Amino acid sequence: MARIEEATQPSTPRILPVGGGALVVEFGTTVDPAVNARVLALDAALAAAAPPGVVETVPTFRSLMVHYDPGVTGAAALGETIAGLLDRAGEAPAAERTWRIPVCYQGDDLAPDLAEVAARTGLAPEDVIAIHTGGRYRVYMLGFLPGFPYMGDLDRRLVLPRRADPRVRVPAGAVAIATTLTAVYPVESPGGWHLIGASPARLFDPARDPPVPLAPGDAVVFEPVPRERFAALKARAAAGEPVIAEAP
Amino acid sequence: MTAALEVIAPGLHSTVQDLGRFGCQRFGVPVAGALDAEGLALANALVGNPRDTAALEILHAGPTLAVAAEAVRVVLAGAEAEMALVGGPRIAPWRSIRLVRGERLRIGALSGSATAYLAIAGGLALPPVLGSLSTYVRGRLGGLEGRPLAAGDRLALAAASAEPGMERGLERPPSAPQGPVRVVLGPQADHFTAEAIETLLDAEFTVSAAADRMGMRLDGPRLTHRGAYDIVSDGIATGAIQVPGSGQPIVLLADHQTTGGYPKIATVIAADLPRLGRLRPGDRLRFTAVEAAEAEQAHRAAAAALASIIARIRPAPPVARLDLAALWRENLVSGAIADDPPFD
Repeated sequence: MARIEEATQPSTPRILPVGGGALVVEFGTTVDPAVNARVLALDAALAAAAPPGVVETVPTFRSLMVHYDPGVTGAAALGETIAGLLDRAGEAPAAERTWRIPVCYQGDDLAPDLAEVAARTGLAPEDVIAIHTGGRYRVYMLGFLPGFPYMGDLDRRLVLPRRADPRVRVPAGAVAIATTLTAVYPVESPGGWHLIGASPARLFDPARDPPVPLAPGDAVVFEPVPRERFAALKARAAAGEPVIAEAP
Repeated sequence: MTAALEVIAPGLHSTVQDLGRFGCQRFGVPVAGALDAEGLALANALVGNPRDTAALEILHAGPTLAVAAEAVRVVLAGAEAEMALVGGPRIAPWRSIRLVRGERLRIGALSGSATAYLAIAGGLALPPVLGSLSTYVRGRLGGLEGRPLAAGDRLALAAASAEPGMERGLERPPSAPQGPVRVVLGPQADHFTAEAIETLLDAEFTVSAAADRMGMRLDGPRLTHRGAYDIVSDGIATGAIQVPGSGQPIVLLADHQTTGGYPKIATVIAADLPRLGRLRPGDRLRFTAVEAAEAEQAHRAAAAALASIIARIRPAPPVARLDLAALWRENLVSGAIADDPPFD
């Protein structure tokens, strides 16, 4: 329990109590692949150790939230267990999976903010597409919406703040960028990111187990497809066929 | 046709909820579930259901439901409510009632709580989504097509009928807990000034009109950040008090996002979450800080208190209908007709 609420070296994780029903293990305060890898390593170690009373864990960019049942365990006991695991857990191995996600970057309907992003970054729209598809992105975490993957890091040339006026309705499949990150909206929702394309992929399907194909630590590359191919893939996705694939 | 309850009028915001959807926050899927888990557990106990059976959660004003089944046993718990059979007697909450085909139950305005639960003996015949029947409206998941009830809906029942017999009731509804709502400070208390933490624990706050299943914004003094008011996203627990740039705290409830980027000054303890679920716009509240160990002890105490309330459930006489022919036969019609008979 001594480690709880004790601010120590930045490299030493902090274990903080959350309402008497969760602990958050904070590895840093930034978006950083090395920090995220430590989060995922602890998540894996905790899953393997399976201490009693852990209800679920939520890995984020830089912290692991551990929800527990206070009728079974407590912050003190669980904090000790986690501290022990931290001493042994290193970094998670490099991404084992790389996903290829098809994206259509054509047309004002599918890429409504592409021209504005080009204008604001001083690039040609083709360059925005080339830079976006040229990257290999880390899935840092899922959050905000069911299946919403926060991926990075975006090439510096594409970094923009979120839109000043968020959209009330962003369609499912919208491929978006904001700050140093990129994402695919898995379901229709309000949203404040810049929409530069659309993917036919369904990244959240509650009927599947797991409901989200992407997992934190995975890598993603975007594959540009023309509109005809987008329409064909969208029809296949609607029929329940997977349209994203693991790259060899 | 299978046994069902038909929705004649949906009420203000009526959704199917159980205790929540666990294990999916890592996929970005909120827990959802009952805002007042104690109200749900009591409703289920009153009709003999396991405590995690899904029920109808009613916010502020309830639906009118018609029985399209031979019979069904239901109970309303969690709040007082104006409730009656259409063309028939008034119905008391906290006591089960067997409804028969064609009867219509009208649940009006709730009082004493924002939230009530209509539990159905045997539960609802709906497919679980990711292990739960809880409705998460924003993600269109669970419950009835992932949305609140609408007129014309049919809620399929798991049990084809309900045997006549004694009902079960609580003579006195559970007393409302008093005193400040308990919080554990953090996890980002260090993002706030000492004055902000003092204010959180000293001031009185009022639930604003901006309150729904995701969270409730509180009116009151501003809570000042020490530095930036955004952080790199991390996890969120239900009951987290997050403070955006406006300085107006928002208490996050069942449908909250799994992760977020505002600092959380404190987190309401699990034992006090049902209290939050009962608050209505205009209600006032204060906070007091406890340590995590006290919060865990309070959780166990709350579970014991709930069990002792459930142990007070007693058999209750069935509600009489206005059957004039029978009343004439029994020569009772000149007397007062008790539509809400007392306990024995």
